[in-house]
Amino acid sequence: MNAELTSTLDSRVLALADDELILAHRDSEWTGHAPMIEEDIALANIAQDELGHATLWYDILCDLRGQPDEHADQLVYFRDAADWRNAQLLELPIGDWAFTMLRQFLFDQFEWVLLPALAKSSHIAVAQAAAKVLREEIYHTRHSTAWVRRLGQGTAESHRRMQTALDVQWPLASQLFVPMLGDAALVAAGIWPDMAPLQQQWLAKVSEMLAECGLVAPATAATRISRHTHTEHLVNLLADMQSVARLDPQADW
Amino acid sequence: MLTQKDVWQALEQIKDPEIPVINIVEMGIVREVAINGTAVMVTMTPTFSGCPALNVMRNDILAQLRTLGVAQPSVNIVNAPAWSSDWITPEARAKLNAFGLAPPAIHGGDVNVILFDMPHCPRCGSADVILKNSFGTTLCRAMYVCNQCREPFEQFKGI
Ligand SMILES: [Zn+2]
Repeated sequence: MNAELTSTLDSRVLALADDELILAHRDSEWTGHAPMIEEDIALANIAQDELGHATLWYDILCDLRGQPDEHADQLVYFRDAADWRNAQLLELPIGDWAFTMLRQFLFDQFEWVLLPALAKSSHIAVAQAAAKVLREEIYHTRHSTAWVRRLGQGTAESHRRMQTALDVQWPLASQLFVPMLGDAALVAAGIWPDMAPLQQQWLAKVSEMLAECGLVAPATAATRISRHTHTEHLVNLLADMQSVARLDPQADW
Repeated sequence: MLTQKDVWQALEQIKDPEIPVINIVEMGIVREVAINGTAVMVTMTPTFSGCPALNVMRNDILAQLRTLGVAQPSVNIVNAPAWSSDWITPEARAKLNAFGLAPPAIHGGDVNVILFDMPHCPRCGSADVILKNSFGTTLCRAMYVCNQCREPFEQFKGI
């Protein structure tokens, strides 16, 4: 791989790793607070899975940069908000249960279209990681789909909460597919899939579910928010997540 | 001079940290053993990628190799081919069941089998069971209730 390809792949992998990590952290905030014990356990598991997936992507990033695996700890615990590349959807506070389940659904469906394409990447490590993550996502997808259906088709109150969550999340969801500088070369080299057709697949799948639940996606102009911009919520999340590590960077734990 | 057999037998003494009745070899976690003079490298693969037992198992392997007298033990962790629950040996499946943890169905990669094949109750053998949660006390477990004997039980998830 030439320097340009490596640099673009670096950005792509970092974005995916950051997505998984920030979602893992948000999901983990429900531990001990979920509406029922089964869901407390489920979401703790899902958070741990996403954390595992983030680790796989950060490991690839470390290899791309010629850095030891410990570099991932630096990225996670000592990086400021401006340098994170996760989508804003994932950094929003957990909200209510409907908000959390809808976000999980939108992201699970994103992975559901991205991972099979990534598993065919000409970059072996990327293809292998995608294939591994995909197997575990089967359980996530089933879970979040069931909850969107249950709440979306449930009571007037649960439906209202789903619609409220959708109104907030829908304009941000398209950022998951936002183009990055150098994408065309990565696509040409068969390293990363073209995100545009994947977005159409995602849209079709998600729209079908929303229709089934009588949920209406707000009419918003397609936003092209760069992954370089964040809400103030990321700053707060990082302050919480990084506080212990930053308190004593030399600590062994 | 250590042989392959010596090392594999030693590795069979290491239990899965989360399921103390089965060892890491019959789980299909150990992929390869390479002996090169005084150096022994064990290649292993994680079950679920977020499995916290991974580091425990790596340290257990290193300790076991040192006990064997290996001067330069090492563990190489690979992600491909991705671990499959199909790799759990028949003997280990029987042990899981006796332990009260229903073994996963052999799925050959079929998502429908993974998601919809119901286990039999490890307590009474009934097929009349209901899934209560696809997620359990560890990443690799799902929770069921048996309609026959009315007991809850866990299953090792298919993956
Ligand atoms: Zn029973």
